[in-house]
Formats: sequence, C-alpha cells, structure tokens
Amino acid sequence: MRVLNYRLVIFLIALMGGIALSIPSFLNLKEGPKITLGLDLQGGLHMLLGVDTDAAIKSKIKSIASSIKYFAEDNDILLEDLKIEDKDIKFTLLDKDDEPKMDEMLKNISGLKVEKHSLHYVVTLTPQEIESVKEYAINQAVDTIRNRLDQFGLAEPNVAKQGKDKILVELPGIKTPKQEQRIRSLIAKAAHLQLMAVDEDRAARVYQMSPEEAAEYGDVILSDAKNPKIKYLLKEIPILDGSMIIDAKVAFDQNNQPVINFTLNSEGAKIFGDFTAKSVGKHLAIVLDNKVYSAPVIRERIGGGSGQISGGFSVQEAHDVAIALRSGALLAPVFLLEKRSVGPSLGADSIKASLIALISGFVIVVLFMIFYYGIAGIIADIALVANLFLIIGVMALFGATLTLPGMAGIVLTVGMAVDANVIISERIRELLREGVSIKKAIEQGYKNAMSAILDANITTLIAAVVLYAYGTGPIKGFAITISIGILASMLTAILGTHGIYEALLPKIEKSKNLSLWFGLKVKGK
Amino acid sequence: MEFFKTDKIYDFMGKSKLFISISLFLILGSYILLFTKGLNFGIDFTGGTIVQVRYDKPVNIKEIREALKKSEIFKDAAVTKFGSDEEIIIRVKTSTKKLGQDIGDIAREVLQGTGNYEIRRVDIVGPKVGSELREKGMMAMVIAIIGILIYVSIRFEYRFALASVLALVHDVSIALGAISLFNVPVNLDILAALLTILGYSLNDTIIVFDRIREGIVEAKTNDLNRVINESITKTLSRTTLTSLTTFFVVLTLFLFGGEIIKGFSFTLLVGVVVGTYSSIFVASPLLGWLGFNLQKYRAKLAEKKKRAQEKERMRAMYEQGVV
Repeated sequence: MRVLNYRLVIFLIALMGGIALSIPSFLNLKEGPKITLGLDLQGGLHMLLGVDTDAAIKSKIKSIASSIKYFAEDNDILLEDLKIEDKDIKFTLLDKDDEPKMDEMLKNISGLKVEKHSLHYVVTLTPQEIESVKEYAINQAVDTIRNRLDQFGLAEPNVAKQGKDKILVELPGIKTPKQEQRIRSLIAKAAHLQLMAVDEDRAARVYQMSPEEAAEYGDVILSDAKNPKIKYLLKEIPILDGSMIIDAKVAFDQNNQPVINFTLNSEGAKIFGDFTAKSVGKHLAIVLDNKVYSAPVIRERIGGGSGQISGGFSVQEAHDVAIALRSGALLAPVFLLEKRSVGPSLGADSIKASLIALISGFVIVVLFMIFYYGIAGIIADIALVANLFLIIGVMALFGATLTLPGMAGIVLTVGMAVDANVIISERIRELLREGVSIKKAIEQGYKNAMSAILDANITTLIAAVVLYAYGTGPIKGFAITISIGILASMLTAILGTHGIYEALLPKIEKSKNLSLWFGLKVKGK
Repeated sequence: MEFFKTDKIYDFMGKSKLFISISLFLILGSYILLFTKGLNFGIDFTGGTIVQVRYDKPVNIKEIREALKKSEIFKDAAVTKFGSDEEIIIRVKTSTKKLGQDIGDIAREVLQGTGNYEIRRVDIVGPKVGSELREKGMMAMVIAIIGILIYVSIRFEYRFALASVLALVHDVSIALGAISLFNVPVNLDILAALLTILGYSLNDTIIVFDRIREGIVEAKTNDLNRVINESITKTLSRTTLTSLTTFFVVLTLFLFGGEIIKGFSFTLLVGVVVGTYSSIFVASPLLGWLGFNLQKYRAKLAEKKKRAQEKERMRAMYEQGVV
C-alpha cells in the first residue's frame, strides 16, 4: 500500500508551513512573523497630507534676501530699497564700485536668475530651482514629520511620501481623541523660529499703520503670542531663522515657568553675535510661527549662539515646541487631504464581528459539504482548513496587513475555496455514474475539472490584482487576502485533496460504498 | 445527497426569451432608479466628514440635531442611528484642511452636554481626494473588464468573452440598482464588492462555458442549443452548491459582520444571487444570440489541433536528427 504520494507530501509540507507561520499571529507571540492588524482593526490614525509648496518658495526667497542683506552689511555695501515683491527680490546698489562684489556673491547662490537695469537688481528663482525647492519641501516635510513622531515616542509611526506631492501618515495605538489632536498639532507646527529686528524708527506708529504701509518700508506687523492686542513692527527680512538651530530643550526660569533654550550652529552664532554687537540698546524680537514671544532690549553682544524662548507655555506645549524645533521647521505648511481615525474599541468590535461571521460561515460550509458529499466533503473541508492556515501563514510571512475588508475577504474565501472541490467532486460523481472504476474516476475527474478551475480562478485573480493596483489602504488588504486565498486554494483543493484520495484509494476501492464516500446515490442498490 | 436529477437535460435555451425578458426588466428598472433616484455617494467619493459616536444609553436623535444646530459647520448635518440605539453617525459634506484642530475636534466640542459619549471614528475626505478616488474607481472597473475580456478571448473565443462581459454588465447594473433602491452609501468598499462580484460571477460563467467548450468538442450534435442545455445541466449542481456556500458565508457576514461592512456584504449578497442567475440564464443564451457558430468553431479547433500535431511531429523529427 502506497500511502505517501508526492501530492500528499507537498500538501502536508505546505500545511505544516502554514500552521507554523500562523502560530505567532494566533498566539500573539512576540517573536516570529506576524500579521499586522490594519488601523481599522487595531484603532489608530491614518492621514493623507498635502504640502503648500508655494510657501516653501516664498520662504526660500526670504532667506536669500536675508543673505543678501547680511552680505551687504558685512562688506559695507550700501543697498537701497531691499524688498520682496511677489517672488522677486529687488534692491539698488548705491555705489557702482560694489557691483563686482555683489555680482560675485549672487553667482555663488545657485538657481538664481538676476536681471540688472544699471544698478537696480531684480533677483528671482529659476523654474528648475522652483521645482527642486518644491520637491525638497515635500521630502523635508516627510523627514521632519517622521522625526517629530519618532521623538514623540509613539509605537511604529509610518510616514511616507505618496505619489508626487502627498504624505501618508499612519499611527497605530492612539488611545484618545485628545491625544490624537495633540499629535496632529505637533505635526502641523511650522516651528518656524525667526530672530527679527524691531524697526526702531517707526515702532511708535505701529498701531496706526496698515500692513500695506508697513510693507512699503520693508516691515511686517506681528502680534504678541500671549496678548494679540500688542503689536510689533519688525523688519521683514529676519536676522536669522530656525534652520540654524542645532538643539532645543525645555528648561524652567526663575519663576518656574517652562522656557525653551535653543542653540545655534556656528554660522548662526556668528551672525547673532555680529548683530547683537552692532545693535546694543535696540530690541530683538523672538518670533515663532509669526507670533512674537518676546522682544527684549539688547544689552551687550551675545556670543555662544544660544537663546531662549519664553512666554506662557504649558509644560506640554513647551515639550512639543522643543521637539518641533529640534526636528526642524517645516519649510512649507502641511494641510489635511484625508483622515481616518478609528478608536480602539471600534476596532475591537470589528474584529469580534468579523470573527463571528468567519466562524459561523465556516461551520455552515463545513457541515454542508459533509452533508452533500459524505467523506469527499470531509476531504474538501480538510483542504479548506489548510487553506485558512495558508492564508494566515503567507500573510504573516510577508508581513501583510489585515484590514476589515481583508477579514471579509477571508470569509468570502471560505465560501469560494470549496468551489474547486465541488467542481472536482461533481466530475468524479459524473464518471462514477457512467460506471467508470473508482481509480479512473478520480484520475479523470481531476483532469476534467482542471481547465475550469484554472480559468475561473485566473479571471478572479485578474479582478483582485486590479483592485490591488487601484485600491487604497483597507481595500488593498481585501485584494491581498482574496489573491492569497485563490492561490492557496489551488494548492490545497487541487493538489492536497488529490493526494488524500490517492492515499485513501485502496480503502475506497475495498468499501465500494459510493454513497458514503461521494454522497452518490447509485441506482439499483 | 444530490440536488438534481442526473438523467434529465433541462431545457434552458427553450425558455431563454423569458429569462432575458426578466433580466431586461431588472436592468431597465435599475437604470430608471439610477437616473431618477441616483446613488447615495458616500464621503469617499464626494468628500466630507463622518463622525461615529457611541453613547452609554439610547440616543435621542432630535436632541443631538438641536445641539448640532449651534455650529455653523454641523448645521445641516445628517444624523442617523448606526447599528444600535446607542450609536449614531453624523455626516456633513464639508471637510477641513486644518490639521491642528479638525472638524472632528469641533464635533467633540459641539456634542458636549448631550450625554456620555465616545467618538469612535472620524473620517475626513477632502474634495480633491474624493474626486481622485472616483476616477481611480472607474478606472479599476474598466481595466478589470478589459483584462477579463482579453483573457477569455484568448482562452475561449471572442464571443465567449463578449457574452461573459455582457453578463457582468448585467450583474453590476442590477447590483447598482439594488444599492440605489436601498439607499446604501456608496464608498470604496462598495467598489471592492462590485469588483468581487465581477470576479465571482465570471467564475460561474467560465465554469459553464468551460463545459460548453468541452461539449462542443465531444457532442455528436450540431445543435448549439442542445450543447448549451447539456452543459448547463451538467454544471447545475456545482453552480448551485458553490453559490449556496458563498451565499451562506456572505449572509453570515451581512448578519454578524458589523455595521461598517453592512453595505459591502449587502452588495455581495445581491451579487451572488444575480451572478449565479446570469451565469445560468443570461450568459449562455447570449452566446447563441451573438452568432456563435458551432461548426466553424469545431473547424477552428481541428485546425489548431492539426497545427499542434504538426509542430509535435516536426519536433520529434528534429530531435531524432532527421531534419
């Protein structure tokens, strides 16, 4: 008697592999390959963010203007009317002798288009530079957001660029809406720190001035962080900005209020030192995200390149701002395109509901098959169980994500996976009715059924692959489980059951009870 | 156990006019519904916001509507019970781009004072994403159908492909009609369900067609209708059985799978029934009506076989070193 045949061996190996691979998922072990639960099942936050790249271009232009200004002052070059209009930086040189120096400096900044009318300069970005600034802004936003979330200490945040200009953020394990909101605020924080000079000549008139008038002088009006009624008139082009920050930490001042101490890099420290040396007695405004936190008088040159932001933070806020400053400013603001957030209790309910559906569907199908086909039904059921283990095992192996539609896909697979065995059993029955021997009926039955099973499964697979290519998030999960289910069912239902029949063949031939083995009523008996 | 008599050939083709009339009636009804009542597109495709809230006791919807009226954004919100008396869904067509304080946070503030509640789900879809998803969804449908057409054309013949795709259009149309009739919100999961119906119904059709293909080769008769009748009869118990098992599991999904995938499982439920029906009663008659010619197909198969044999012979000669 030949019990083991190659089909049965392959099937058993696959089954054992499937069971072994699915054990960590079932028992929730720490080690081993495991299925990840989708955010819709474990609860969490899924967001698609857009990036306002125009703002990045504006800030790039502003920082170029800052460099021009600093260069001019450093080299005693006199400039008149340095200002930004739309996307152009305009200024006029007062002394023709400075022209070569200025031209040299502008040449060293890449991506600039410089137009000159005698000593009147119009500087703007080249189209290629604009594209690269946009791309950089998106990549920088991805890195910055990832950085911030890592520092915040959430488990397994996923931040990735999606398409050309979108950012996908996935955060499992968020417990409450309040926590979620705090994280969203942290992500959205521009964390754009600027040290700005107060326009001392006109500061007194700030309350009578319109923003347009301020712009004419190259100034901006910003309000106080604590009291929006207090306004400051500041030089629009900052002394330096947060790109030169290398560290930011929460500390407490003498009143036990949280403050943020920041440290500048060497270049920033030099600019800061030079400026404070020149501006003793004047005001320096510390501006974060276009709000003025303080504007102290400069008493002496500040070397060492460190500063402090104070002004009514809560400890939590200070903590978040420090994270944001450390991980860098967002060059461009991000905004919400899509958000899906599922509370943990809803996810647990969904798991429970779909498990109930899975188990009851499974029981119905299993009983039905036995009822209709007898032992052939039991063999098909064994294939079905193996199929389930294989789906889970393969998903675990590839670290696939199980979503709610994915669960539905598994339930559906239970209904459809027996199909191959139904087709085969029907073929075998047909042949048996014609009076073919049992051995031949089984061989021929599998052969006859093959083309139908292949064609039917491949067409379903086509639909599933399209679904995967065009679906998002949870729907992709559905396509994955369906596809794995189809492939696994081919292995278990075609190869596996055939192997079992081959092994059992001597027994079937001995018993000759077709009603028991194939649920077949044979006339005349 | 057996469902059908095995020694009798059922005459499906004889009644094909009746079945096609039923189908045409259903399709017509579906399109009338689609054009008058239309589909209830959910936020995935239109953009908007959904907030799912669970209270610790049965909700008074009226009170909640009153509370929401205070807010500019939620003034025109649709509030419906969701699965149980304690749980509600709030829907608005607006979405916000602001990240720090989004529309869900606003909902939380507005609902204050309506009882003890827990916000279980907030979905916000911006208008741009909505239209993108809509386009992608249409693309997915079209590409799936084209892919299937090509595959079936290669494996069978183009008229088989055409007949099966027409049967698919039949199924999807009627499923859409049912979706419209029962006001099921159409979101991404419904699209997934429709694509699944495509795959499933095709599955059924292919198995009948496979038998017809086999019957064409084996049957002695030149009567296509007879071949079709025999083939459908022979696959009848398989079709019924698989449809039943699938129907049962989808039914359990519909009954126990939870409120969130109710629309999804409803669509599948309709699809399984319609898909089974169309495989038996629609796809095969269409094959005859599309002018499928038995003799010609046989001639073509014979030609193909001859060529294959020729090739085999040449190879055998080549391997023996004759050529």
